[in-house]
Amino acid sequence: MSGPNAGNAIVVSGLRKGYGDLPVLADLDLTVPWGELLVLFGANGAGKTTLLRVLSTQARADAGTVTVAGFDVRKQGRSVRRRVGVVGHQGFLYDDLTCRENLAFYGRLFGLSRLDRRVDDALERVGMKDRAGQRVRTLSHGMTKRVAIARAVLHGPDVLLLDEPEGGLDPESVEMLRELLERFTNDGKAVVMTTHNVERGREWAHRTAYLRGGKVVVEEREAAASGAGTPGGGTGD
Amino acid sequence: MRSAKRPLPERVPLAAGRVINALHPVGVILWKDLLLELRSRDIVVSVALFGFLMAVVFNFALSVNPQFVNPLAPGILWVAFAFAGTLAMNRAFVREREQGGLEGLLLTPVSREAIFFGKAAVIFIIMLIVEAVLLPIFAAMLGFSAFSWQLVVVLVAATLGFAIVGTLFSAMAVQTRSREIMLPVLFFPVIIPVLIGAVEASGEAINGAPVGAFGRWVPLIAAFDVLFVVICPWVFSFVVEE
Repeated sequence: MSGPNAGNAIVVSGLRKGYGDLPVLADLDLTVPWGELLVLFGANGAGKTTLLRVLSTQARADAGTVTVAGFDVRKQGRSVRRRVGVVGHQGFLYDDLTCRENLAFYGRLFGLSRLDRRVDDALERVGMKDRAGQRVRTLSHGMTKRVAIARAVLHGPDVLLLDEPEGGLDPESVEMLRELLERFTNDGKAVVMTTHNVERGREWAHRTAYLRGGKVVVEEREAAASGAGTPGGGTGD
Repeated sequence: MRSAKRPLPERVPLAAGRVINALHPVGVILWKDLLLELRSRDIVVSVALFGFLMAVVFNFALSVNPQFVNPLAPGILWVAFAFAGTLAMNRAFVREREQGGLEGLLLTPVSREAIFFGKAAVIFIIMLIVEAVLLPIFAAMLGFSAFSWQLVVVLVAATLGFAIVGTLFSAMAVQTRSREIMLPVLFFPVIIPVLIGAVEASGEAINGAPVGAFGRWVPLIAAFDVLFVVICPWVFSFVVEE
């Protein structure tokens, strides 16, 4: 595979990952087609966050193969990172920089052109354009999360990895996130999201997967699945 | 989830093709950290204050006689710079850790080496600023001449080594619970050759020794700088990986 249009967005095969003597993921297999929103469920410690960390190259797999957007996470980490947007438990934002400065900082590291326009677009998408000049320190938790989402989509990723992204968001922001993810998958891009809110997860997902003991134990296709799996929305860079 | 009200903006091609200039991310990280420091001033002010207090303590504790100041001054100077430096290094990485910044950096397509050199450049500049503030204070209190080009060369060369090694060990220490203790425990054994060279070369510079004598120690510091510049970024890429 040579790029994001090839095959599936994410292919995980025989993935194993542990911390010291503690195995977290054990021979996990998972495939996410383009245009699909996969929601991961599982108890605390089931391995959801670890799986997202391996997919985003933040953690190295002990064994198995993982490709994201057609690139091997172990051998082609920089190509993977260029195509992946991540919303984690932390916002990866600097308190003493403004929203605009934070996004511009990450945009420069991604080597983006027309940066001012892209920062404005990203902030507008999450309803934070009017607070662009405000320091992150002065924002509420929910607003900070919105800016973190803007940071994750700033570089136009082909795959979004979201770890409990709706935590701390008010209903209006949750709806904004739902619309953003909907547009994202409509464009043929892929999303993997974890949540403890089963009702919301099943409503948003094209497919759900339950993790237990470091493996996917149940996979279900949800009602929203109609039309999912459209290949090749991404264009690479 | 199917009704698209507004299409996503068309994907904009990455600037300058696919290759990001190797120095560009270093500059971006440097700009960000200096901007943060300019706004918070928590590293420069606290470290300079710490150094000033050390100067005061040494001045009273040793009751330095002008006759014996020259042999003592380099050691006092570098003890102060070394401890002040570890404070600055620790603080620079704790800030990244607290705000998730290091993880954010690792999620960008920038090479680990560029991140390393960006952080090292920040520590290097902050340490030089602190040294520029402290050197005249120490010189005034201890009564030695701080203004010689040899001393400036030693300061820059030794501070470079400090910053390179300090960046690596700060990245290691910040991941541990006892990070404030871990950094000096890891850092000082490795930096000792540079520290000895810096003390000896500073002594020659302060005593106004001929260039030949001064030149014995600077090449040693420079050799260790080169060694650290090669090894530390490589090790850093493993340190930051989970």
